Amino acid sequence: MYLRGKDVLGLENMTPEEIKLILETAGPMKDIIRRDIKKVPTLRGKCVVTLFYEPSTRTRSSFELAGKYMGADVVNISTSTSSVVKGESLRDTVLTLQAMGVDIIIVRHPAEGAAQYIARSVKAGVINGGDGTHEHPTQALLDMFTIRQYKGSLAGKKVVIVGDILHSRVARSNIWGLNKFGADVHVVGPGTLLPPDMGKMGVTVHHRMEEALEGADVVNILRIQLERQQKGLFPTSREYARLFGINQQRLSYAKPDVLIMHPGPMNRGLEIAPDVAYDERSAIEEQVTNGVAVRMALLYLLSGGGNIEISN
Amino acid sequence: MTWIEKTQIMDADGIRRALVRIAHEIIEKNKGVKNLALVGIRRRGVPLAQRIAEQIKKIEDVDIPIGILDITLYRDDISTLAHQPVIHRTEIPFPLAGKKIVLVDDVLYTGRTVRAALDALVDMGRPEFIQLAVLVDRGHRELPIRADYVGKNVPTSKREMVSVMVKGIDQDERVFIREFTD
Repeated sequence: MYLRGKDVLGLENMTPEEIKLILETAGPMKDIIRRDIKKVPTLRGKCVVTLFYEPSTRTRSSFELAGKYMGADVVNISTSTSSVVKGESLRDTVLTLQAMGVDIIIVRHPAEGAAQYIARSVKAGVINGGDGTHEHPTQALLDMFTIRQYKGSLAGKKVVIVGDILHSRVARSNIWGLNKFGADVHVVGPGTLLPPDMGKMGVTVHHRMEEALEGADVVNILRIQLERQQKGLFPTSREYARLFGINQQRLSYAKPDVLIMHPGPMNRGLEIAPDVAYDERSAIEEQVTNGVAVRMALLYLLSGGGNIEISN
Repeated sequence: MTWIEKTQIMDADGIRRALVRIAHEIIEKNKGVKNLALVGIRRRGVPLAQRIAEQIKKIEDVDIPIGILDITLYRDDISTLAHQPVIHRTEIPFPLAGKKIVLVDDVLYTGRTVRAALDALVDMGRPEFIQLAVLVDRGHRELPIRADYVGKNVPTSKREMVSVMVKGIDQDERVFIREFTD
């Protein structure tokens, strides 16, 4: 069992076996996070770089800690303090990193396909930390890991993804991943935030919250991406909260043991009511822990093989 | 180029007797079973640790805690392997601090697995001491490591491989030597 390529760019082109391997490797990794000594020597001598062209707290720090817990050296590059502001191209930046001996590059970029472009340009492994509105595979993997943790399996579970599907790479990666494991995926949100060809992705589209949430096992509430909301796709935040915000009353349509998830950062009072965020059925903090475990698993699985000629 | 079976060195009864003796030796050497715990190295160290614990239970009427150790993350050859080995859970359901640990594995060969296991254990706590029990010691050490309890010493050549089969993981229960032939 192993990953086919040197990169993890998205879930659309991954096989269910590869995804399963990642999720099952993440289990033992999570035990390490809970230990007093949160460090194993597995990736000693490997160098991991996070290259983020968009702001991030949890994805970047989660990758950084994952690398450090595995014993790798981690360098963080945020574009506002790097040569990118001097006009260096993406390709030149990653070639420079490669020349310094980097083994794995984690990239987040506003342009769709940026990670794939980098992966073709370098020998190092590339992990997509989010490319535009395309994919965010590590978030989807940690979401799937979290659902498996609480619900046992993904097959047949009704998973409702709520909110700004149009701009959401989290939604796209989740849909591709969940469908491969036979989950029953539903999406709901304002018509202006649902892509018109959504049905082709193999999900059920709803416009009314109550109808979507009926009997749900999992509700995954997306962040309203205010930075991508310049076009006036919904009239006001208050109106969005009133029609599509998740509150206890709406949640009562779902199963009593519904799992509440949110990729963060939360806009409390907008897409999620504060008492829902802190509900005992909420797995939002657990998702963060699981995110580190899943990323440790990815770094482990990508750091073997391929380097044989170098080490001999 | 295949592995062919050469000689059988232990049958099911031989394995049982060796484990009974090891259980007695563990109790004798430690003057009882106070604070004693067994840790089996995945995979075949785990059923062997369970068998030794069953024997100790028969002799002393005490349940000895058993832990399971996966040493993959501590291997020293991880970056030279073509594909990453699958990682399994390490399950040590008791605090290691102050415990007398007997590490259990099937075959002692280069000593590298034991080295990895020692590193893994001390990362999880500070036991009073760690001893080593193996079913077969086949020599050819590459590190200064020795076993405290040995089921059987078997002189081998490096072209040979010692295969331990135990019920619970394998169909059979026996130990035999295989040789690599071109």
